[in-house]
Amino acid sequence: MASMSSTPIEIGIRGLWRGRRSRIPFRVSAWVAGLWVIGALATLTILLPTIYLIVRATGAGAEAWQDLLNLRTLEVLGKTVWLAVSVTLLSALIAVPLAWLTTRTDLPLRRMWAIVTPLPLVIPSYVGAYLIASALGPRGLVQQWLQEPFGVTRLPEIYGYPGALLTLTLLSYPYIFLSTRAVLQQMDPALEEASRSLNQNAWQTFWKVTLPLLRPALGAGGLLIALYVLRDFGAVSIMRYDTFTRVIYMQYRTFDRSQAALLSLALVALTLVFVFMEARVQRRARYYQHPNGAARAPRPTALGRWKIPALLFCGLVIVFSLVLPAGVLGYWLARGVMAGEVIDDVWRAAGNSVLVSGLGALAAIGVALPLSVLMVRHANKSTRLIERISFAAFALPGIVVALTLVFFGATYAPMLYQTLPMLLFAYLILFLPQGLGAVRSSLLQIHPSLEEAAASLGRRPAQIFSTITFPLLRPGVIAGASLVFLTAMKELPATLILAPIGMKTLATSVWGAVSEAFFAQAAAPALLLILMSSLPMAFFILRERGVQE
Amino acid sequence: MSSCARRAILLCAVFVMSMPVVGCATPAAPQGVGETAIAPVTAPATTAVGVKPVVPAPGFLVVYSGRSERLVGPMIEQFKQTTGIDVQVRYGSTPEIAATLLEEGANSPADVFFAQDPGGLGAVANAGMFETLPKELTARVQEYFRSPDGKWIGISGRARVVAYNTEALTPEDLPTDIYDFTDAKWKDRVGWAPSNGSFQAMVTAMRAIWGEEKTKTWLEGMIANGAKAYEGNTQIVEAVARGEVQVGLVNHYYLHRFLAEQGEEFGARNHFLTGGGPGSLVMVAGVGQLATAKNPENARKFIEFLISPVAQQYFANQTFEYPVIDGINISREIVPLADLNAADIQLTDLADLAGTTKLLRETGALQ
Repeated sequence: MASMSSTPIEIGIRGLWRGRRSRIPFRVSAWVAGLWVIGALATLTILLPTIYLIVRATGAGAEAWQDLLNLRTLEVLGKTVWLAVSVTLLSALIAVPLAWLTTRTDLPLRRMWAIVTPLPLVIPSYVGAYLIASALGPRGLVQQWLQEPFGVTRLPEIYGYPGALLTLTLLSYPYIFLSTRAVLQQMDPALEEASRSLNQNAWQTFWKVTLPLLRPALGAGGLLIALYVLRDFGAVSIMRYDTFTRVIYMQYRTFDRSQAALLSLALVALTLVFVFMEARVQRRARYYQHPNGAARAPRPTALGRWKIPALLFCGLVIVFSLVLPAGVLGYWLARGVMAGEVIDDVWRAAGNSVLVSGLGALAAIGVALPLSVLMVRHANKSTRLIERISFAAFALPGIVVALTLVFFGATYAPMLYQTLPMLLFAYLILFLPQGLGAVRSSLLQIHPSLEEAAASLGRRPAQIFSTITFPLLRPGVIAGASLVFLTAMKELPATLILAPIGMKTLATSVWGAVSEAFFAQAAAPALLLILMSSLPMAFFILRERGVQE
Repeated sequence: MSSCARRAILLCAVFVMSMPVVGCATPAAPQGVGETAIAPVTAPATTAVGVKPVVPAPGFLVVYSGRSERLVGPMIEQFKQTTGIDVQVRYGSTPEIAATLLEEGANSPADVFFAQDPGGLGAVANAGMFETLPKELTARVQEYFRSPDGKWIGISGRARVVAYNTEALTPEDLPTDIYDFTDAKWKDRVGWAPSNGSFQAMVTAMRAIWGEEKTKTWLEGMIANGAKAYEGNTQIVEAVARGEVQVGLVNHYYLHRFLAEQGEEFGARNHFLTGGGPGSLVMVAGVGQLATAKNPENARKFIEFLISPVAQQYFANQTFEYPVIDGINISREIVPLADLNAADIQLTDLADLAGTTKLLRETGALQ
């Protein structure tokens, strides 16, 4: 933000609260110490996979190191980074307008759009890629529809980069959508109104006021997408685009654990590069606003003649990211049922999915809240380091995190091994950064003076947190919890290996069926997965504070 | 707002309270597995066998299965019914389950590993984690389908075939030797899956039968011919039926799944390469018993059951696979083993997976 310059409003944003730290008195040191203990434990947890990888990599001989160079590692590195960057940019182009349209305008059916746009996040990428290849492949379903009326006999090749880009963008743009939407809702409209009163038009206001304020959310969401691309296996394998993760999986297929560990460590290093880049972008800007402003809802922008194009845009995104996949699933189901297939009961798996994902979301948010407070309100070098490290495991393929817990669990905690708590622990490692990003960017917007006022009135830190901070954080907490819940719903490698034995989830049912070409059997749980995930989204969005009517 | 907050708190409370319950239920009720939503947990044998001093109960069995529940679930269910043994199964893909076993080492809760391919079994066997099976047991299956050192035995076989598009081709158009697909007339018409385990097993067989040079020439010829890479067998069969490619190098039994769901008008069929050689390699899915098994007797019973005529007939009828014992009727859809002219090869010849991936990388078939 510092690099931009000069309108009064920007100066206002930058100048008003710059550099102010929380001035909570020292008698609260027990509270702070507690935060630090949680911070230290969380860091250790997050570092487990890296420790494991180092243990495994030390088993690698000179030949494995040699192979690391022979594996065209640089080429794979380039392809991986290129995919991550382009998916992130394309996702931002889709998600920011969607978030703005559904919070700040008079777009018809705003809430319906807000409920359905995050849903592609729950489609397992393996299934999503399969569906997109089925529909948009050279001779896929879409080509068949086009053959009769238009004589199209072959669509352009989808495999490789275009397919991977399309699939991953359509499945991951909700990360930016959810994070920016939370901020747009919390943002004090006074700043934008001030901008408009200074004769800036809506467009200028968006660029000069809204977008800079969105930066933490964009950074957090964008980072999640980039790292999601790094760790994804399903989409890149079906679309046959070589990223680090795909090569790591190939190593596991040939049972070469030390080679896989070396590559995974390279991936950890790449992740940290991304994380530090994002941190540079964020710099030390402060994003909170005047404490009086938070409660007021913004006045919606009238779309006017842009209403139809806006609707078309929302419609197009949903058609490709949701209607098309769901349509293919419905087709599979109908085809199978007509061929006499008896579809298995999926309700128990659905119950398990909701249970483990719900608990996973709770666990992640439970840790993300104190961590965010530590990072935002007690910021120093160490908290910044914890923050960066918390992402270390996030780009690791699920199989690596799962095997980490197999190794430590089976050896050191046999009583917990393959129990529900251990699965939740895996989810915590996998998904904590998602919860953290959302809560943290929300907390950045809350002015510490509110908490300081409460402290000066004699409230204890825990009371301040529960009566002041937490209620104000609600949108961020909800966004974070939804993110974790939705991604846990589709989690596969850790669930397969670490869940209590015999426990099926919707995602494992889909995988078990589709991997052996039982398409109808895969369609039922996949559709249910989408449907059930839409319920919490609907619940939260229908209850949230609307824009002024 | 406040009612919402109250509800949220209530929800949290329910979750939090449910956690210790789940935890406590674990060792106490190992039988509940099938019924409860959250199946209780770790190796039941460690706790339950000791805890329950009842009659000589049938006990437990923990199976790690790299084969899909869709394929083997009904058989395991039948074993459960007939023996009363409480079988718990962890399903996954063979390489990942094998990696899990290797990480668990001696602490593994598993009694039996049921794998999709010899690669996974070999990795676990090489780590010294399998019990040697008695000769009396291994001798019941045909020689081809067992590991020579008795560490594991085959349960069913599947053949490499060529799936072809029925609109574009007839069986007469197709060669009988897989080598011939390097011919210019197959340019841009063939699909394959270099990252797939079965394909790699076939290339390993090529190296054993043809030698490194010829295998390399074949791979280079296929690449020059524009062989189109897919992720796995399913995708290839689908692409062949759609006409994206006209032939695909696959395993034989995927076609039957498509026929079951899409009917006879499905646009692909199998062609068995009866000219001998690696193109008609028969691969094996098999089981091994963990040396650290806590229920070794039940593990033995399970393996015996899987090679019994009942189970073997099931695999022949339901998954269209080749039985590993004599006297089983195979599906009419598949070519009898005797007519395949399968190359004379030992399953141990398929062990050198690393050499194959190296060759695939060298030729550029694999990244």
